[in-house]
Amino acid sequence: MSSVTLNNIVKRFGSFTAVHRTDLEIPEGAFLTLLGPSGCGKTTNLRMIAGLLDPTEGEILIGGRRVNDVPIHKRNLGIVFQNYALFPHKTVAENIAFGLKYRDVPSGDIPGKVQAALDLVQLPDVGHRYPKELSGGQQQRIALARAIVIEPDVLLLDEPLSALDANLREDMRVELKRIQDQIGVTTVFVTHDQSEALAMSDQIVVMSAGRIEQVGAPQEVYNNPASEFVANFLGASNVFPAECLEAGPSGAVLQTALFGKVPLPVEKSMRVAGAGPAKLVLRAEKLQVMKAGATPEGMITAPATVETVDYQGQTVRYFVRVGDTQLQAINMIDGYPFSKGSAVTVAFRPRDGSALAGR
Amino acid sequence: MSVEAREKRQPWILLSPALTAITLLLFIPLLFILVYSFWLRTATGADEVGFYLDNWREALTDAFYRDILLHTLKVAAITTVVCAVLGYPAAYFIARSKGNKPVLLLLLMLPFWISYIIRTMSWINILGVSGALNTFLLWVGIINEPMQMLYNEATVILGLVHFLLPFMVLNVFVSLDGIDETLEDAANSLGATRWQSFLQVTLPLSLPGLAAGGLLCFVLGAGTYITPLVLGGTSDAMFANLVFEAIITQLNWPLGSALSLMLLAVLGALVMIYNRYLGMAQLMKGLG
Ligand SMILES: Nc1ncnc2c1ncn2[C@@H]1O[C@H](COP(=O)(O)OP(=O)(O)OP(=O)(O)O)[C@@H](O)[C@H]1O
Ligand SMILES: [Mg+2]
Repeated sequence: MSSVTLNNIVKRFGSFTAVHRTDLEIPEGAFLTLLGPSGCGKTTNLRMIAGLLDPTEGEILIGGRRVNDVPIHKRNLGIVFQNYALFPHKTVAENIAFGLKYRDVPSGDIPGKVQAALDLVQLPDVGHRYPKELSGGQQQRIALARAIVIEPDVLLLDEPLSALDANLREDMRVELKRIQDQIGVTTVFVTHDQSEALAMSDQIVVMSAGRIEQVGAPQEVYNNPASEFVANFLGASNVFPAECLEAGPSGAVLQTALFGKVPLPVEKSMRVAGAGPAKLVLRAEKLQVMKAGATPEGMITAPATVETVDYQGQTVRYFVRVGDTQLQAINMIDGYPFSKGSAVTVAFRPRDGSALAGR
Repeated sequence: MSVEAREKRQPWILLSPALTAITLLLFIPLLFILVYSFWLRTATGADEVGFYLDNWREALTDAFYRDILLHTLKVAAITTVVCAVLGYPAAYFIARSKGNKPVLLLLLMLPFWISYIIRTMSWINILGVSGALNTFLLWVGIINEPMQMLYNEATVILGLVHFLLPFMVLNVFVSLDGIDETLEDAANSLGATRWQSFLQVTLPLSLPGLAAGGLLCFVLGAGTYITPLVLGGTSDAMFANLVFEAIITQLNWPLGSALSLMLLAVLGALVMIYNRYLGMAQLMKGLG
């Protein structure tokens, strides 16, 4: 188990920069997720940590030791590839034993360790089978077993769940988290699925176009996005222009065209330094659609018209028009949703909003 | 007609043109050859129709034929090994080259655009007494008299390798190209060096292609008569040359038939063994 540090990392492919100057500190034992849209450089970062790619600039430290010049086979990392990459000509047990053969493990201990790894991924009886005789989810578990049996310093997972169907993915998510908790290995997990990232991580790194947008705990990234990109990538958000009237130790007050004055608590207004242009971010789940004329306690309201209703059973997603702006609201419903065209009131608690600086 | 019944018939309908062609052009002529092999060529030069075992007795007992058969198998085996040793790295290089793979494959196919006989003859211009190599060495002054390099077993093997190498490269390439590159990454990440991961992962997974290429080289090599004819000396005749000799030169169709069936049986047995252990599917993959 080791910490991982990226110092000033840059990766270029020819003239194209896949990763812009990046600094990142992954604490020992942490479960850190690289989250971002396709092509933003998640895999590139992971492959640089793994030693499958050389950074163009900067240095990588694992457990405090610079590893730029350490070849992959000496880095002692467990990697789970997106397509599992199990050796098709070897049995499951041989696959898992593969890494042990290159370590100082007495050959007598190998079967025991292989069995322990199989037990850990809850597939104790498949050692004699070939990978193609397993289901996708089972292969995934074997790939994980093969990566952790060598007791790696760091576990690297590149979209390990993306090839599984939705139900299996959720099971494996829980399973993976359980195993990581159990062995406590520092883990870097790559995904473009925000719910996976929110559910599993200690820390989320949101990336966009080769840059880190925000690093933080799931709640932090979700509730207090550092940029419009983050706000929209993790679920749906409404972002609209505002003017910051004042900002200080007791919070900030934003003036908006749609909702008038919105007071924000200090932890939601850290990103505005003082009076000036700003943006108000409001998650779609925090905007409540109510009967027209409602005046709920402690909430800021505005009259609106329902334009689109996207009924999803337990929840409903509305597009409502407030003035000349379209807003999105995702609400839990009990019974029937408002129908298209109805006049309603939209409301939110000021502390559910957050502020971004700039236009 | 039910769907299942139609699905059962469909393959046969689709196969029927090919089956007809094979029956008419291969199977029936082969039966003729079989029948011929039991006839007898008399001293007058006429073929006597009947059921004589004389040709077969001669083909199977005469040490002359046996020695040439063994020689043929030896030459084919050496050719196959040389092709494998030269072809594997080339195939690996093509399979791992990123952008210019199509160009390299095209270059590999290029020799097929020139007749095999012309390609074989080209060695005379290179290695012959007044060929390019001798002329160069004389000009540089390394030798004073042209060397006799042609017309021996080595040049026969050289010609065969030249002819068969693309088949080997193609087969190994297809096999290597189908191997997921992340398997090597996975092996490396588990602690294997590049060489170890090649030996543990890539090589075993490419063996079917190597075997398919090997079989093709061996069978085509053992059945050739042009190469020894053009590049071999008098003692370098291979088995197919005997068939050629019997049928074309001596017009002894019955004996030639027996000899060609003998070669067919030996090579057929090899294909059967291959098929038993590795399956025909891989060979088809390599050819396609
Ligand atoms: N070998 C390469 N040569 C050139 N460009 C590359 C190479 N590898 C990646 N890139 C580019 O670098 C960028 C980042 O790629 P990367 O694979 O890291 O994306 P990603 O975030 O993992 O995306 P995805 O979610 O689709 O896997 C992409 O624009 C990609 O086209
Ligand atoms: Mg990726």
